[in-house]
Amino acid sequence: MAIDWQPSASLETLRARARLMAKVRAFFAQRDVLEVETPVLGQGGSTDVHLVSLHALARTDKGQRRLWLQTSPEFHMKRLLAAGSGPIFQLAKSFRDGEIGARHNIEFTMLEWYRPQFSLDQLIDETATLIMSVLPSFPGPLVHYRYRELFHTYVEVDPFTTSLERLRAIAAERAHMPAQSLADEGRDTCLDLLMSVVIEPQLGQHELSVVVDYPASQAALARRHQDADGEWVASRFEVYLNGIELANGYDELTEAAEQRARFAHDNAERRRLGLQEVDVDERLLAALEHGMPEGAGVALGIDRLIQLALGKARLEDVLAFSTPNC
Amino acid sequence: MANYSTNEFKAGLKVMLDGDPCSIVENELVKPGKGQAFNRVKLRNLMTGRVGERTFKSGDSLEGADVMDLEMEYLYNDGDMWHFMKTDGSFEQYAVEKKALGDTEKWLKEQVPYVITLWNDKAISVTPPNFIELEVVETDPGLKGDTAQGGSKPATLSSGAVVRVPLFINQGEVLKIDTRSGDYVSRA
Repeated sequence: MAIDWQPSASLETLRARARLMAKVRAFFAQRDVLEVETPVLGQGGSTDVHLVSLHALARTDKGQRRLWLQTSPEFHMKRLLAAGSGPIFQLAKSFRDGEIGARHNIEFTMLEWYRPQFSLDQLIDETATLIMSVLPSFPGPLVHYRYRELFHTYVEVDPFTTSLERLRAIAAERAHMPAQSLADEGRDTCLDLLMSVVIEPQLGQHELSVVVDYPASQAALARRHQDADGEWVASRFEVYLNGIELANGYDELTEAAEQRARFAHDNAERRRLGLQEVDVDERLLAALEHGMPEGAGVALGIDRLIQLALGKARLEDVLAFSTPNC
Repeated sequence: MANYSTNEFKAGLKVMLDGDPCSIVENELVKPGKGQAFNRVKLRNLMTGRVGERTFKSGDSLEGADVMDLEMEYLYNDGDMWHFMKTDGSFEQYAVEKKALGDTEKWLKEQVPYVITLWNDKAISVTPPNFIELEVVETDPGLKGDTAQGGSKPATLSSGAVVRVPLFINQGEVLKIDTRSGDYVSRA
């Protein structure tokens, strides 16, 4: 059988991609946001329980060391912020093992930027402006939703107060799974499933949808606050277009002790689930101890945005070589 | 059989689900950026032909199904079973039940090759060729000269199928039929 060596994307698409990348860089240059380049490899990695990190064995000045391929450029960029860089952005190669599909590729490009002193709302507006500047035509207005409100509308349950047993039953039914397959799963898994299978496909249709007030348990590296109903929620947003998650932004957690506790909590959860523990990024924690300016940051899947801008069916249609073809 | 994990699910892979052999039609990874990954999978149940949807946790696995497709010629019906013979020169024959034959019963013609799907060496479905040539055994008399106008009428074919044909078609003519849609294509 002949070996398929051809690019995943057409050359015409790659030219269009280059033009859109130039637009992104111009957008930030105009706003005095500095482009930076940080390492793909790190001595610490993402402890996030739902991300599978790749690692490489390298001969370093300390002998053979396991270095982690970043799942996003977040940690290195936060160290720059703590060093006083001011607003920064990066187009960074990122890696998430096992993620292959119409919207996923193990190696992908993340557009990530940080805005010291920005509120979450200011960053939401800037994210929407960036997205609209890359799209060839107006996608519709920016519409805000609260996580809770989406569950009321599309699933008719309250994500915070519904019993776990009932959430499991509803999630299994709506996702076409046998009831017992969620018997050991917690609230967040049931909510993630309903979000992915039932709600997401409805979002970003003739509009740019932004979702806020995620459950506090899904805060990751975002602050937490009490919402209008007195519920603890994550200070986080996500942006959706055409049913596709495009961006994930945080009011950034800056407290070192809280960050250390969340890393430890993730690794404890990893042990419980029999997953590999990830080395905690001590340099990030030291940077937070030194002090990182308050502000907001966002990660945007630029491959997905380019895919939508160019009207392509699959992510690989805008990648020079997708993972199955690399 | 080997086990396949969700990452290896791709269109055409044969797996066991709820005791039935299935063919994967589509597999899509769904994963919120900060949450657990799932795979939404469409599967065709090879026993019933029905396509259903199922969600799996990423990393779950299914047992492979011992399913293969073989080309066989139709031989005859003994009143109970339908008999086919492999076209690989082995002259090996398989008997097929009515349930496995399904809708293909109306497209049967001797010496035509069909694709027989075997599960654990037992025939579970029969797929006709996309196009087949069959004789008209009954239809209203043809309208002379009407070769361009629209309009159609039913015609019974030698295999028992009834299809819509143009008005100019006569009894005894051999027609090319698309078995997927049941549509008349042309005179053979």
